[in-house]
Amino acid sequence: MRDEGGDNLRAEALSCVRGDKLLFRDLSFALTPGQAGLVTGPNGVGKSSLLRLIAGLLDPFSGRIQTPASIALCDDRMALDENLPLQKALRFWSQLDGKTDDDCTAAIAAAGMGYLAEVPIRYFSTGQRQRARLARTFLSAANLWLLDEPANGLDTASVDLLGQSLQAHLDRGGMILAASHIALPIAFDLKLELAALEQLEAPL
Amino acid sequence: MIGALKTLIWRDVRQSYSSGGTWLPVIFYLSAATLFPFAVGPDRDLLLQTGGGILWIAALLATLLPLDRLIQPDLDNGLYDQLIVRGITDELIAFARLISHWLAFGPPLLFAAFLASGLMGLEGPPLVTLLASLAIATPALAGLAVMIAALTAGLRGAGALGGLLLVPLAIPLLIFGAGSLADQSGSALLFLSAVSLLLVAITPFAAGAALKAVRE
Repeated sequence: MRDEGGDNLRAEALSCVRGDKLLFRDLSFALTPGQAGLVTGPNGVGKSSLLRLIAGLLDPFSGRIQTPASIALCDDRMALDENLPLQKALRFWSQLDGKTDDDCTAAIAAAGMGYLAEVPIRYFSTGQRQRARLARTFLSAANLWLLDEPANGLDTASVDLLGQSLQAHLDRGGMILAASHIALPIAFDLKLELAALEQLEAPL
Repeated sequence: MIGALKTLIWRDVRQSYSSGGTWLPVIFYLSAATLFPFAVGPDRDLLLQTGGGILWIAALLATLLPLDRLIQPDLDNGLYDQLIVRGITDELIAFARLISHWLAFGPPLLFAAFLASGLMGLEGPPLVTLLASLAIATPALAGLAVMIAALTAGLRGAGALGGLLLVPLAIPLLIFGAGSLADQSGSALLFLSAVSLLLVAITPFAAGAALKAVRE
């Protein structure tokens, strides 16, 4: 069951099955405006699946999700036209999200990419690509940001810059749910630790 | 919704025309049409009789060329996921893709058919019928291409499979389309229109369902 358009993010007794594997079950948590949550756990435990489930890209096996009206997902894929300069590629999303070119410029600045705005995305390095994905997320100005390893490939200065943007989003009353192995410089109100189910249930 | 549709269509159309992907089917079409007179000889009557059918088959083959660029790159890029997160449905994405693909595929193909018909010596009413039948069929060919590209997205050997899928699905178009050249009553064109409308109408739902399935 999925219910969109509330103020909060609320998951009740959520279970997720991928293929024929149960990733997690009976997961319940809630975030209210201004709160941030951190999902941790070993690789393959279902962190990304949890984010995709909340984003509406997967259907839960069971349980209920209530999400705010607008969500932004930042995963490992660009969703930007590789042949276009960053500013022009972001314009596509700014048009879809009803934003202006000034918002684009602001989002690029928030990601610390002002000097790369005119460079085609195919020339970007790993860290720069990650920052471009973040710029796309900042641009959306959605209530809830779902961040999948947002600090991957970022240098220390960029992680600090990311922290500032995340904090500004929380101060505006936004919500963040992040899955990250790298420590993010914001205070998390909620910590979800996912553990592999077969380890819990292995016969003695 | 309309604004989102326009943005999506404009992005795809601009991308196809600027990447040169639009002109590949046109060049292919013209080369296929050029080969045919070399193969059967310059007999004018023979070319007049068979030329229309050959131009129709070339149109079907040209449909296959852009298949791997229609859905797969945007799927890999995460574009569709981002659209779904924004509440844009799979059906609307497929509908936008149908329109943008037709805009990049239909008019250039008609232009190529017009040029190629000169090589077959087609002129006057047969030429008009050929162009009319192709004009009616190009939305359906675009729809078939979008459906097949969505169905085979993520599969290995998607290109070869796409060809196998297109052939049987395109037979009704070929029968009524190429048939319209010899048909004086005009009913073949009406049947062609009916088949074309049907294919266009099911494309958003079939391709949308395929996009949904590939996400699971």
